[in-house]
Formats: sequence, structure tokens, C-alpha cells
Amino acid sequence: MGDKVAIEISRELYEKARKFIEENGGFKDVSELVEFLLNEAISDESESVGMTPEEEEKVKERLRSLGYI
Amino acid sequence: MVSRPHGGRLVRRVLSGRRREIFESQYREMPRLEVPLERAIDAEDLARGVFSPLEGFMVEDDYLSVLSRMRLSNDLPWTIPIVLDANREWVLNEGVSAGDDIILTYHGLPIAVLTLEDIYSWDKGLHAEKVFKTRDPNHPGVEATYKRGDILLGGRLELIQGPPNPLERYTLWPVETRVLFKEKGWRTVAAFQTRNVPHLGHEYVQKAALTFVDGLLVHPLAGWKKRGDYRDEVIIRAYEALITHYYPRGVVVLSVLRMNMNYAGPREAVHHAIVRKNFGATHFIVGRDHAGVGSYYGPYEAWEIFREFPDLGITPLFVREAYYCRRCGGMVNEKVCPHGDEYRVRISGTRLREMLGRGERPPEYMMRPEVADAIISHPDPFI
Ligand SMILES: [Zn+2]
Repeated sequence: MGDKVAIEISRELYEKARKFIEENGGFKDVSELVEFLLNEAISDESESVGMTPEEEEKVKERLRSLGYI
Repeated sequence: MVSRPHGGRLVRRVLSGRRREIFESQYREMPRLEVPLERAIDAEDLARGVFSPLEGFMVEDDYLSVLSRMRLSNDLPWTIPIVLDANREWVLNEGVSAGDDIILTYHGLPIAVLTLEDIYSWDKGLHAEKVFKTRDPNHPGVEATYKRGDILLGGRLELIQGPPNPLERYTLWPVETRVLFKEKGWRTVAAFQTRNVPHLGHEYVQKAALTFVDGLLVHPLAGWKKRGDYRDEVIIRAYEALITHYYPRGVVVLSVLRMNMNYAGPREAVHHAIVRKNFGATHFIVGRDHAGVGSYYGPYEAWEIFREFPDLGITPLFVREAYYCRRCGGMVNEKVCPHGDEYRVRISGTRLREMLGRGERPPEYMMRPEVADAIISHPDPFI
């Protein structure tokens, strides 16, 4: 199924996660929960700001001209 | 990595490039709604991500959800409605409906394009009771609410240009503070909200926070004043003096935020925290009676409300108010000083104002002399 890889987690944690989804909903399965949490933990902050390197350079120029950096 | 924007993504809705050209050729024919400075400021704050994830003025679903349960309809914490009002006559005269683009103008100057999604009416009494916890028109926020139009317009907007800003040199937007914090290598940043010049109590609270984080964002609200308040440029000068003489180099960013002040007490404390999260702050210093006015809110209500938002994504810091203790021989707070009231010298903002107004330097255990001089040297420090 597409670009997926298998990962291993302890059965105990898996069962807890499954129970969590059962009780709280919000996720289709444990894989979806794991993917969401990993994304939360490691996704680059600049992604959430959505700036190109050129835009970032322009911001830095203003910060320099104002004496902030 | 500093705080992620509220809702996950920083909103940036400034009209540019081809879209801008299209609007420039068309906007003369579009319906225009003249708005007061407060709404023009809201529009710019919305477009520049201060209110992320909001992309425009609230539609009815979100408005009612925020009013009743302090969350957007998607469950994200949000405590202060950001709404655009208009008069019924304007709506009827212009014959606008959902899907229409309208131009918001301030003093005739085009500020933003709003794509209407929702036109609805509101119950101002209920609004006042929910947001301000009172219907009393003597409350400044309630009074302002009653003066607004009876129809609300919801929809996403795009900024054409913000209203003229006399403090542009000191204004940084969320994208800018985020780049700045990254440049400085700060991973944790505590934001301090203020509308005042700093006395020793403020310095104590900020330094208590700074002990645990990489950097401090001193973030005065600008452009929104009532009579007797310090002028914005006086607050800036006073802080510059304090930072120069009493803070280590490179640990403080001083920048102003032009945002409306509602005096909504606890709800507004949460709002202030959410907004600072968008600027990249990881921690937010919540004052005693934060954003309060008169005696409408209990002194610690603004702290208690944070318990309802474990999912806020920014850590509130409740630092107790500082005073000078003659036995401790320094600035302390109730948590660390065992001595009785007879040793405690509290700093009164009113008393400071009176002394500074007469051109007097307050005693050094109240205000740093350099700060006092920066204020006194201004020909007219108060509005
Ligand atoms: Zn003491």
C-alpha cells in the first residue's frame, strides 16, 4: 500500500494505544496515531510558517536594519 | 524550536503579486465598509498571523462556540471573539450577500478585502455577559460592545495595507520574531505583556521567568490607550533604559504589538497567551488581575482559567507580584518572604504616576533611576 514502511513498538504500548483510540476516537488505527505523533514531534518549525529561503532572508534584512540582529 | 503556531500553521494573508493587481483593477467597484481604527488593527493582526489559525473575522459557528465554550468550532482554545460589525442600513443599502468581496477602508484608505461567508446578528447583552462577565455599561469593553453595529460579517480576508503605524520601527510580526528567535538560538522564550512603564516589580517578575528560559520577549500593547496612560514612546524609552542598564546583553527582545485591548480579564489573559504563542513564545507571564479593570474580576481569576486549557500549547507562568521587604532587604514575593506586612513596601502604580507626573524620581526600590529619567525627560509622558 503506497509508500509505507513497518515499524516495531512493544505489544504493551500497542495495546494501550489501541485502547486509547477506542475510548477517544480521532484516529482510524494505531498507525495513524503513530504517524500523527511523530509528525508533531519532529516536523520542522519552518514548515508551519511556510517561508521560502528568500522570504526568510528578507525578514533577516529587516531585523538587521532595525538592529535586532 | 520555539512554539508552533496555534492550530499548527501561521496565517499569512497579505495581498501580493497577481492577486493584488487584480484587486487594484477591480476594487473601485466593490462595496466599501469604512471601519474604525480598532477593526483596521484587527484586520492587519488577522492577516499577519497574530490570530492564527483565524484567517478572517469569525463566522457565526465559531463566534457562538467561542462565546459559549471558549473554543473554536474545531475545538481549538479561543477565548475572545474577533468579529466585524456593520450597521443594518449599510448591509441593506449595499445588498451584500455571502460570496461577495467587500473592501474595508479606514479613513477612506483601503485596508483589506473581505470575502463574505456569513452575515448574522448578535445579542450584545449575551456577548457582554459571556466575554466580560458583566452587562454593566461602565465596563469599557461592554461600553464599546454596545456602541458597535448590530450585524456581524464573517469571512476570510486579505490585507491590502495596514493602517498607518507610528511605531513601525518597533513593530515585529510573528514571522519576524520567529526568524529572530531562531537566529538567536532560543528554544524557550517567555513573553511579557504590558501597557506600562517598568518598575522594580515588573523587572523582578521578568527576571524570575528569564531564569528558566533562553530569552524574554517584552511585548507592550501599543496604539490602544485611555486617558492617563503612558504614551507608547515613553514605555519604549523606559524599557530601553531598563534593558540597557539592567539586563544581560542579547537576552531580551523589545517589540510592540498593536492589538486592541478589551479589559476582558481572565478570557483576555488566555487570548494574550495564544497570541504570544503565534509569535513563537513558549511561556507567557500571567499577571495578577491580568487584563482586568475596576473590580470586575478576582485577583487570581486570570490564573485559574488556565486550568481549563491543558491543550493551549504555551506554558503560563504565574509569578507572584513582587514587593520590597525591609527585612529581606530586596524584592521578594509572598512565596519567598516570611515577614509581616509592616516590613513590606508595595509599589503602587498610581503613586508612581503621581511622582513621575511631578517630575520626581521615585525611590530606587520602586523604579530604576535611569528608567525614571527616561520618563521624566519626556515633555508630556501621559495621554
Ligand atoms: Zn521579607
